Amino acid sequence: MTAMTETKAVEATLVSIEKSVAGMRALTFPRAKKPASSYLPAQALRKTAPKLPELSEFGVVRHYTNLSRKNYSLDTHFYPLGSCTMKYNPRVNEDIAAMPEFAGVHPYAPDSAVQGTLEMHYRMEKLLCEITGLSAFTLQPAAGAHGELTGIFIAAAYHRSRKDKTRTEIVVADSSHGTNPASAALGGFSVVTVNSREDGRVNLDEMRKAVTAKTALVMLTVPNTVGLFESEICAVSKIAHEAGALFYMDGANFNAVMGLAKPASFGVDIMHLNLHKSFSTPHGGGGPGSGPVGVGENLKDFLPAPRVTEHDGKYKVEKKWRGSIGRVRSFMSNAGVVLKGYAYLRRHDGQTLRTIAENSILNANYVRVKLKDLFPCAFDEHCMHECVLTSVPERLNGVKTLDVAKRLLDYGFYAPTIYFPLIVHEAMMIEPTETESRATLDLFIAAMRAIYAETQENAELVKHAPYNLPVRRLDEVGAARNPDISWCAV
Amino acid sequence: MFSPHTAKEREEMLAEIGVSSLAELTAQVPQELLYPQYNLPAALTESELTAHMAELGRKNRGLVCFAGAGAYDHYIPSAIKHIASRGEFLTAYTPYQAEASQGTLQAIYEFQSSVCALFEMDAANASMYEGATALCEAVNAAMRITRRNKILLSAALHPEYKETLKTYFTPKGEAVFSEIPCVNGVIDPAALDSLLGEDTAAVVLATPNFYGMLEDAQAVSDKAHARKALLISVVNPVSLGVLATPGSYGADFAVAEGQPLGNPLNYGGPYLGIFSCKKEHIRHMPGRICGMTKDVDGKRAFVLTLQAREQHIRREKAASNICSNEALCALQAVIYLALLGPRGLKEAAELCVEKAHVLAEKIASLNGFKLRFNGAFFNEFVVECPVAADKVRNALLKDGILAGVSLGAFDKTMKNCLLVCATEKRTDAEIERFVSALGRFSK
Repeated sequence: MTAMTETKAVEATLVSIEKSVAGMRALTFPRAKKPASSYLPAQALRKTAPKLPELSEFGVVRHYTNLSRKNYSLDTHFYPLGSCTMKYNPRVNEDIAAMPEFAGVHPYAPDSAVQGTLEMHYRMEKLLCEITGLSAFTLQPAAGAHGELTGIFIAAAYHRSRKDKTRTEIVVADSSHGTNPASAALGGFSVVTVNSREDGRVNLDEMRKAVTAKTALVMLTVPNTVGLFESEICAVSKIAHEAGALFYMDGANFNAVMGLAKPASFGVDIMHLNLHKSFSTPHGGGGPGSGPVGVGENLKDFLPAPRVTEHDGKYKVEKKWRGSIGRVRSFMSNAGVVLKGYAYLRRHDGQTLRTIAENSILNANYVRVKLKDLFPCAFDEHCMHECVLTSVPERLNGVKTLDVAKRLLDYGFYAPTIYFPLIVHEAMMIEPTETESRATLDLFIAAMRAIYAETQENAELVKHAPYNLPVRRLDEVGAARNPDISWCAV
Repeated sequence: MFSPHTAKEREEMLAEIGVSSLAELTAQVPQELLYPQYNLPAALTESELTAHMAELGRKNRGLVCFAGAGAYDHYIPSAIKHIASRGEFLTAYTPYQAEASQGTLQAIYEFQSSVCALFEMDAANASMYEGATALCEAVNAAMRITRRNKILLSAALHPEYKETLKTYFTPKGEAVFSEIPCVNGVIDPAALDSLLGEDTAAVVLATPNFYGMLEDAQAVSDKAHARKALLISVVNPVSLGVLATPGSYGADFAVAEGQPLGNPLNYGGPYLGIFSCKKEHIRHMPGRICGMTKDVDGKRAFVLTLQAREQHIRREKAASNICSNEALCALQAVIYLALLGPRGLKEAAELCVEKAHVLAEKIASLNGFKLRFNGAFFNEFVVECPVAADKVRNALLKDGILAGVSLGAFDKTMKNCLLVCATEKRTDAEIERFVSALGRFSK
């Protein structure tokens, strides 16, 4: 390394506190006339200044702008992260959510002063009901897992209302997202896992045995995490209902269903949607999301309070009613995210929603057929919105999925979801989404094939990728063994 | 919308897949359920959508905000939205592939560090959904750590936080919550003494509390720890620009609604939950945590760490079910803290204190109005009005003023009480206008 590149590298990895210069200021405020100590008792006051950076405004802007440049993002790179539905985030939705008329509203402004926001919530709920066939939605949950938990609380309240105290179990599939069993446990239930069959779908025979008088809820992701539709979903809902349990659909993969079918027609009692997946709101590097939960008519009263109701064109925050599980957060919702989801939905009708699902399915199958000769498909049939391919180390001179994923980064693509679902060995879960062009898919396919060729000619190259990113492979073991998670630590 | 294929491309792609129509690809869906009727309004163009949203926006009233109660109208520096709306931050996912996510990861590390600095706590995570659910997670952790099940809640904890706790812990049925009564708007120490026992897992203290009052946090902390209970402190992060920190009085967990740090009011969300703890509890923390490490060349790098706590690995044995958090809101918060720095934050907090005290004094001097409590407060306080607080608040809407939060909605005995807040953003002129409008109710 030359002196010049070395200097550059050091500058680039400094954290903000290391750029701090004593006395440097960005934002200043008028000085208070009197210090806090003249209003407050001494023991209530802070003794030492916080160890925060002292920077100029330009310094802050440049620091974070340069950080952003170290990210791959959907705007800059194809992002085929399975189960995450990284579809284009329409920019106008950002403008709408930032309108001061919406963004500037206090959550305790009286209903009369926030009719626009309340109307939007009301209309959004109606739209979600229409596309799912369900009777009512809560917009409170802040993310998908929060929605799952809300659904589980609703199921618990339903059984409690029937004085049915025997239902202590929730049945999930082995291919489910980790949040399903984790939410079930947080809700106080024990988890019964049903295995998948060789064709990647939940084992119906096992399901029949697993669902008993102790089952409160059966949870199923549709399409499931191997990218297949649970063709026997109606049979699963029947098994649940006949045992007196409720049926929950994890709507994380709703992108492949919307416009094609309504979950209520599968016998779904409760489901959550991810506005930050199917409904195009950006992921923000890990949130904010929004995870509305819909229910059938019989569960409406159990929904969390508050909700927005309408009477003669006036919108009102309904704060309490008999049966509600109560609130699952403070305030109404992630309203700013709901707004973006609403704006997205209003751009669509039944026909264009169907196009979304169909093109997401088309794109996933296109990638699948173009790659499965080199990276075998875990379940070799037509897939829905995502496909699960595998790396076979014996065919790749010992190269594993992790290596392929890292090498893809060098080629300028974000990696698929890897090693998930857990039931597939060396899994690569690829979800292109409908917003990617054929040209992009072709480039991705070419990159994957080129990586395959590299495994045949120089597997070591792939095993130590990436080379072209801000950093190379990381010491994750060291990070966990001696956690350095704050600059304040001694 | 936003599907780029031409009809020709679609046909060609179907041919490459080896099917003649899309219907062949969806054959696995029960056929009788396909293609239902959708009764949706006509799809809008971008310009029609913009017009529709503008119309909805006009139905909201722009008001000068004297309301707080967990969501605060602080000045948001312009640079924040410009940085946070960069596509590289906005449209990235949770940083699973660390090498391609160093920007988000370093920002999380800086966020965690800034929270630790501000709170004087050892560790913080990448964020939770919002304040109330962050508290639920802290209570959960406290019960696991102490193997006790009784939780004492300050009666002056935000009522919506109490309701959220009730929703979270009712189905499981293990936690037993009791309220510590208040005297003069703060925890009654004698009542706390009598409630604390060998089965107390944690004391939940809010300071400033829901009524804006400052608690004697050190005393509460000492009492809790004397019985080997943990202290969970709920704070306002901006207040820590001047107020004693959770770390200084020995809180085991400190949580907060992070919205005041550079995030808009947004009618209640998206906000961010701040979650911090002492180092001995790190492995009980929920959610994402970013750590500093090195790459194979020894170069500094950042990565999600301690993942063995998390749902995608531990499933039903995970510390929490949380997956997506509020990363972009946390980014806005860390940029806010970097722009203000230690001195800016102190200035903002001191202005909050001064403006709120000036406002309180002016209101209290109006005939018929008085302060409900007489202790120390940060940026909000309870005013007893001569008439129902709802009536006052509704009347002032005509003046373009949101007078505060009417407490009757939370507590029937406080029908005449208005929770009033002034942040550094309120100008002297706005304060004068507010007081003079209130004067109409003066006797």
